[in-house]
Amino acid sequence: MKLYFKYLQILFKSQMQYRTSFWLLTVGQFFIPFAVFAGLYLLFERFGQIKGWQFFEVALCFAVIHMSFSLSECFARGFDMFSSLVVRGDFDRILVRPRSTFIQVLGSKFEFTKAGRLLQSALVLIWALSNLPIDWTLIKAITLVLMVTSGVFIFTGIYILAATMCFWTVQGLEVANIFTDGGREIAQYPLNIYQKWVTRFFTFVIPFGTVNYLPLLYLLGKNNGDDLLYILTPVLGSIFVLPCLLVWQMGVRHYRSTGS
Amino acid sequence: MIQLKGISKSYKVAKRQTGLRQAAKALFRQEHTIVEALKDISFTINPGEIVGYIGPNGAGKSTTIKIMSGILVPDTGTCTIMGYTPWKDRTKYVKNIGVVFGQRSQLWWDVPVIDSFELLKDIYKVPQQEYKTTTDLLIETLELQEIIYSPVRQLSLGQRMRCEIAASLIHNPNILFLDEPTIGLDAVSKIAVRQFIKTINQEKGVTVILTTHDMNDIEALAERVILIGKGSLLYDGQLGELRKRFGTKKIITAEYKQRANPIQIPGASVLSWSPERAVLSVDTANFKTSDIITHLTTQVELVDVTIETQPIEDIIVQLYKEYQI
Repeated sequence: MKLYFKYLQILFKSQMQYRTSFWLLTVGQFFIPFAVFAGLYLLFERFGQIKGWQFFEVALCFAVIHMSFSLSECFARGFDMFSSLVVRGDFDRILVRPRSTFIQVLGSKFEFTKAGRLLQSALVLIWALSNLPIDWTLIKAITLVLMVTSGVFIFTGIYILAATMCFWTVQGLEVANIFTDGGREIAQYPLNIYQKWVTRFFTFVIPFGTVNYLPLLYLLGKNNGDDLLYILTPVLGSIFVLPCLLVWQMGVRHYRSTGS
Repeated sequence: MIQLKGISKSYKVAKRQTGLRQAAKALFRQEHTIVEALKDISFTINPGEIVGYIGPNGAGKSTTIKIMSGILVPDTGTCTIMGYTPWKDRTKYVKNIGVVFGQRSQLWWDVPVIDSFELLKDIYKVPQQEYKTTTDLLIETLELQEIIYSPVRQLSLGQRMRCEIAASLIHNPNILFLDEPTIGLDAVSKIAVRQFIKTINQEKGVTVILTTHDMNDIEALAERVILIGKGSLLYDGQLGELRKRFGTKKIITAEYKQRANPIQIPGASVLSWSPERAVLSVDTANFKTSDIITHLTTQVELVDVTIETQPIEDIIVQLYKEYQI
């Protein structure tokens, strides 16, 4: 963990060498989800509610998933950009250093400009929360933090899976974007507005539902009993990353036996 | 210290075909050929040696280095280095080695070199005190004082290579693998890099395995060479021995008082001739140089004679030809 912060430091220093581009990109990142959010706003302006969900409830959904997304894109960018690492042959370098491949790949790249995106979604979060009648308790606050964290874990898991594919295909697979970008777009809304199979897929296979939809029911007092289960769903969702790590290890083993 | 026994490695390579139609076909069904990168390679290297590992492109040099540094797992054979099997105890083993890939950088591009050193200190968990002594020494011997505070991207290739080598020594490894350390360097930088490799070998007793295409590197550094071609080990021994066995040709340049007709000497072939100067080539396996000179003196009035041994470069070319690699 200490090493991770050292990587963070050196790459932040690198980034600061290019101040102008950093600021421009950050501002850009601020406005990208802004457009999406504006769409959401106009939608509710027109229809008032979707399947019983009010605007601010959906805004909360939106904020949580976008915060998770920007955090994971910032801190797990190494896996997201892994194909270039393999193409340049820099993965060999990682293998001759006495640390786990996981921490080294994670530390190989950070995308600090995603701070813009994070800020935007944090503003939405604050706006949504200040307009929702939630009786705050410590447990509820913790649940909210867990929601964002679990999202980071799930996105990271998908990046890891996509990165592992690079050992076989060398080039990054756009297929993974279906699940990261696609998952993000879908999880902007409460999952129950979709078809059953979509809801199931994003609850049990790629558990985005545990990031915002299910714990949100608890936060808003919409669940029927079983509080503890709803509080713990984000934690269960985070488990998603474990099989991904296992697959990653398999990929590394494959790489070392084929050298491709 | 380093022992390889019967190491073999083959790759599955996708067959590439020309033409759009073939390319489209390859999208669905790809044919593979098995390329044997290494065939039954065995050798032993003792502590403190500098070994030149040579061979033409695609001979299997990089594959061997990758196996020895724990990146690749071979198909068969055993490799024991300092008691470790490189690909099995990767994280424990790699603390003991330094690797420089001449074509790729291990430094962080946009930050001062010293920052990269600091990070490597943390990666290798080098204690502060030890780090201080090592870097001080490295900075002094490699004359890095001026450049370690500049970002890597502003350095020349020669300066960068010196920093690369220093970076690979921060954790005081016992073995240093250098994969083409002088590639692309100018003459002055090449000499500096060679000098440094020699110094750390002598002063710290670091074992060095070096691959290169520049035979001057080998001549300046390695007493022992291992030659590999098409995945097989072809020669392993002293450089001098190699020269004795294959470099039997001598070049004699004779200058003499003017003479109208070409000289003819049994055992020597005339490479060039002019009324005042002749260049002869002699195979010393069959004829003695002294005999040739004696013949020369009977035919012309000598002014000056120089005798050169065949450059090592030529010997290697000849070897490649001989083994058809």
